[in-house]
Amino acid sequence: MAKWTYSDKVKDHFMNPRNILREDNEADFHGIGQTGNIKCGDEMIVYIKVDPADLTITECKWRTYGCASAIASTSILSEMVIGMTLDQAYAITAKDILKELGGLPDNKVHCSVLGDKALRAAIDDYYGKNGMEDRIKTQSAKIVCECMQVTDEDIEHAVLEGVRSFSELQDMTKIGAGCGECHENAQAVMSGYIQKHFGL
Amino acid sequence: MENRTVYFDNNATTPLHPGVKEALIEGLEIFGNPSSMHAFGREARERIEDAREKVASFIGADADEILFVGSGSEANNTVLSLLHCDSTRCSCALSGRSGLVTTVIEHPCVLNTARDLGRKSHEVTYLSVDKHGRIDLEELRRAVTDKVGMVSIMMANNEIGTIQDIKAAARIAHEGGALFHTDAVQSVGKIPVDVRDLDVDFLTISAHKLYGPKGIGALYVKKGAPYCPLILGGHQEGGRRAGTENSLGIIGMGKAMELRAIEMEEEEKRLLELKNILKAGIAEAIPDALFMGHPEHCLPGTLSVSFAGAEGEAILLYLDLVGIAVSTGSACASGSLDPSHVIMATGVPVENAHGSVRISLGRENTLEDVHYMLHHLPIIIDRIRTMSTAYRRK
Repeated sequence: MAKWTYSDKVKDHFMNPRNILREDNEADFHGIGQTGNIKCGDEMIVYIKVDPADLTITECKWRTYGCASAIASTSILSEMVIGMTLDQAYAITAKDILKELGGLPDNKVHCSVLGDKALRAAIDDYYGKNGMEDRIKTQSAKIVCECMQVTDEDIEHAVLEGVRSFSELQDMTKIGAGCGECHENAQAVMSGYIQKHFGL
Repeated sequence: MENRTVYFDNNATTPLHPGVKEALIEGLEIFGNPSSMHAFGREARERIEDAREKVASFIGADADEILFVGSGSEANNTVLSLLHCDSTRCSCALSGRSGLVTTVIEHPCVLNTARDLGRKSHEVTYLSVDKHGRIDLEELRRAVTDKVGMVSIMMANNEIGTIQDIKAAARIAHEGGALFHTDAVQSVGKIPVDVRDLDVDFLTISAHKLYGPKGIGALYVKKGAPYCPLILGGHQEGGRRAGTENSLGIIGMGKAMELRAIEMEEEEKRLLELKNILKAGIAEAIPDALFMGHPEHCLPGTLSVSFAGAEGEAILLYLDLVGIAVSTGSACASGSLDPSHVIMATGVPVENAHGSVRISLGRENTLEDVHYMLHHLPIIIDRIRTMSTAYRRK
């Protein structure tokens, strides 16, 4: 058989996904974060258990509605974060996940951008439940696209990465892929950042 | 269950018929340029004309109404381009009518050409479809105004298999004074097609969908219909399509048509039976399966289905791991952000559209293949649903 489009590591995690939450025991977890929207094609939920003594992640489980890339990237993320402090885990980006996976085809990169967001949401959920509201970072970011949970910070990040048009922004973030209502606002936010950083 | 390799993606392309393969191997020796007057050229010409006869007779046309083209896409582009022809070499002016009527579920080679026509200020009307993927003939009647030069409606849809009432649609187009084209790429070779009975002006065929080679198609142009070549150059194909003929491809296509004439009828029944077993088996073994396409007016071997909570690309790839090939309308498989325009047009909820799978059977498929699928598919769907955010067992 010809080789897969995906790396062997992606294939392995797709065939043998690790740390799926199989039973309905969400209540046992200390933090739960959800991103995406099934209407848009991808949805992920990340569940974490945290050791309160040193704020490290002791367990990470997940569920996803998504393609092979989405399954593999959430699976590998769940392995990466175990043993990490919440601060370390919070700093994981889609790029880190991609690197760990050995890359994804360009048109599949957008499938891996939800895992890190779901993880951050789970960490924030933990902070919120444990009186550490001051550590929640996503509160400062404003959600621009409800369907795909894309924030103004994500758009700023994309602009800094070289995105200049809405279609490029969509390629990177999946913004506006659901109901599409955010299109105009997203365009304005993006133009604002292009102006701010590049004076264009 | 013993591992096997099962190809259930015959609407994408079909394996070569062994008879076609033989004809191709034999045809490799025929290298003469069919436009040359010497013996080598004459032999190639003879083989091409023989193939033309076979293609024509299979769809009830005359040989001089068939021209060979590079693909179904080329044939469709050629026909739609008649609407903006400004050539002085031909007489294809469509009585000043430049409008196009087509449907929202056409193949991209029609939709993208239609979009270009729209940008060139042609009026383009896209007919909607019902939940089974059928157009409304009354909507068509209203759309064929005196500005419309061409109506182009696919005979059977490649994704959901729904077959349109082309005869009625062509009559409506003609009553309104417009020409009628049908993209019959998925139909010819699968269901009976007779151009005289249907009374179409143009009809598109592709060889690789009927066990012939890739890179060769045919366009039926009714005698007397306005026509202008898309590819300009020499006098090949009666001046209707320039470029040295793909004689090997044409030989293969002719053989494929000849074999279809012998095998199609029996196969139609057999594939329908296999599909019905597959459909009943899926419905029984997998809860919340949604079947798409028309329950009756549907290609015999096409089964389109979606599974709540299971995403299409994941299904496709898990099936690939056990040797089964299908296709999906999932956005994730196409690399775009939206799921299939065909599935969406039928009003299927977007959650389902992301999880649509097309199983298309062909002449090599057996009952064992169907059983193999029915063994693996429920396990795979259950596996995906176990990790899905979107599905909980009831």
